[in-house]
Amino acid sequence: MVDDNPWLSLDYLRRSGDEVLDHLLIHVSLTLQAVAIALAIALPLAILARRLPRLSGPILGVTGVLYTIPSLALFALLAPYTGIGRTTVLIGLVAYALLVLVRNTIVGLEGVDRDVVDAARGLGYSRTRLLFTVELPNALPSIVAGLRLATVTTVALVTVGVVVGYGGLGQLMFRGLQSNYRAQIATSSLLCIALALVLDVLILLLARWAMPWTRTRRRASRAASPESAA
Amino acid sequence: MSVLADAWDYLTDPFSWVGANGMFGENFDGSVRFQRDSILALTLEHLYMSIAAVGIATAIALPLGLWLGHLRRGGTATTVVSNVSRAMPTVALLTLFAASSIGFGNRAVIIAAAIFAFPPILTNAYTGMAGVDRDVRDAAFGQGMSRRQVALRVELPLAVPLVAAGLRTSATQTVATVPLAALVAGGGLGVIINNGLATQRYGQVLAGGLLVAALALGTDALLARLQRRVTPAPLRAAARATAGA
Repeated sequence: MVDDNPWLSLDYLRRSGDEVLDHLLIHVSLTLQAVAIALAIALPLAILARRLPRLSGPILGVTGVLYTIPSLALFALLAPYTGIGRTTVLIGLVAYALLVLVRNTIVGLEGVDRDVVDAARGLGYSRTRLLFTVELPNALPSIVAGLRLATVTTVALVTVGVVVGYGGLGQLMFRGLQSNYRAQIATSSLLCIALALVLDVLILLLARWAMPWTRTRRRASRAASPESAA
Repeated sequence: MSVLADAWDYLTDPFSWVGANGMFGENFDGSVRFQRDSILALTLEHLYMSIAAVGIATAIALPLGLWLGHLRRGGTATTVVSNVSRAMPTVALLTLFAASSIGFGNRAVIIAAAIFAFPPILTNAYTGMAGVDRDVRDAAFGQGMSRRQVALRVELPLAVPLVAAGLRTSATQTVATVPLAALVAGGGLGVIINNGLATQRYGQVLAGGLLVAALALGTDALLARLQRRVTPAPLRAAARATAGA
C-alpha cells in the first residue's frame, strides 16, 4: 500500500497519454464553446437591459436564479429532455456563465464616463456608433474581468458533467475513483487547474493587447482589481 | 409515461418521502444512519452536511478574516485564496479525498465542502473590517479605546453587513455543492438524481433536480432575509452595492 498506488506517475502518462489528451481536448472545446455562446447571449442582453431599464430587473433576476440552482440539479432537470451527453452539459455551462457576463457587462456600461458619452454625442455619433466605438470599448475592462471569472468557473464546472457521462477530465477523475487509480485522479485534477490558469492568462494577455490604453494605468487600477464575488 | 408524470408520481408517493424502511437506520457500529430511499431523511442529511461544512469553515475563516481585516494585512493573500478556489473543480477535490486515506462517504464531502465554503467568508470578513473608514478608527483610538475594543465595538458592527453577505454566499454555495456527494457514495439529495440516472428513471432525476434546486433557492431566500435583518437600515444600500448578490 506504500508505493503500488502513487498519486503521480509518469508511467500512467506514458501508458494512457492519448486518452488524457482526448479528454483534455473535449474539456477545452466544451469550455470555449460554452463561454463563446454565453458571451454571444450576454452582450445583447446586457445592452438591452441598459437601453430598457425596466428589463434589467427581470434579466438579472432570471440569470441570478439560474446561477443559484446547483449544477447537478440543472443537469438533472435538463437530462430527461436533452438526453445524456454534450448538449446537456453545454446548456448548463452556458446558463452558469451568463450571470457573471451579463452583470459585468452592465456594470461596465454603467461605469462609462458621462462626459465621454456626452462628448461623443456632441460630435454627432449615432446610438449604434456610440455603443460600438465608445461605450463597449470603455466597458471592456469590466467585461474582461467577467470573462476571466466565467472561464475559470466553467473549466471547473465541466467536471460535473460526469453525471450525464460527458465531463471531460472529470470523466477521468471519476473513472480513476471507481478503479481506485490515484494517478489518474491526480493527473486529471492537476490538468484541470492548469487549464483554468492557462486560459485565464491567455484572456489577460489578449485583453492587454486589445486595450493598449490600460497598460499605462495598470498600476493605479490594480488596487481596485475585480473582486465582485458570486 | 411522460417524464413529468413520472416525476409527479415520485413526488406524490408517500413512500418516497418516508422511505420503505423508515427514515433512520442503524450502522454496524450503532450510529444513526439516514436511509437513502427517503426524501425527508436525505434532506436532513443534506442539511446536516451543509451545516457541518459551513460551521467548520466559519470557525476558521471568520476569526482569521476579521483579524487580518483589523490589521489590514494580507489582502492579496485572501484574493489569491478565493481565486485559486474558483479554479479548483469540486469533483476533483471530492475524488482526490475519496481515493486518499479520508475514504468514501460523508466525511470526504464535508471536508471538501468546507474548503469551498472558506473563501467567501474569509474575503468578506476581511473586506468588511478593512473597509471601515480610517477616520472612524482614528476617532476610536483617540478616545482611548484599546485595539480589542476598536476591533470588537467599532469595526465589527460596521463590518456585519459584509460578513453576513459572505456567510450567505458561502452557505448557498455549500448547499449547492453537497449534491455532488452522491458521486463519491455520500448522502444528501444528490443521491436521488444519481440513482435515477443510474437506473434510467428520468422522472426521479427530474424530481431530484427540482428538490435540490428548491432547497438551494429556499436557503438563499431565507438567508437573504436574515442578512437584511442583521444589516442596519442605513447600511443596506451600501451592502447591496458591494456584495452584488
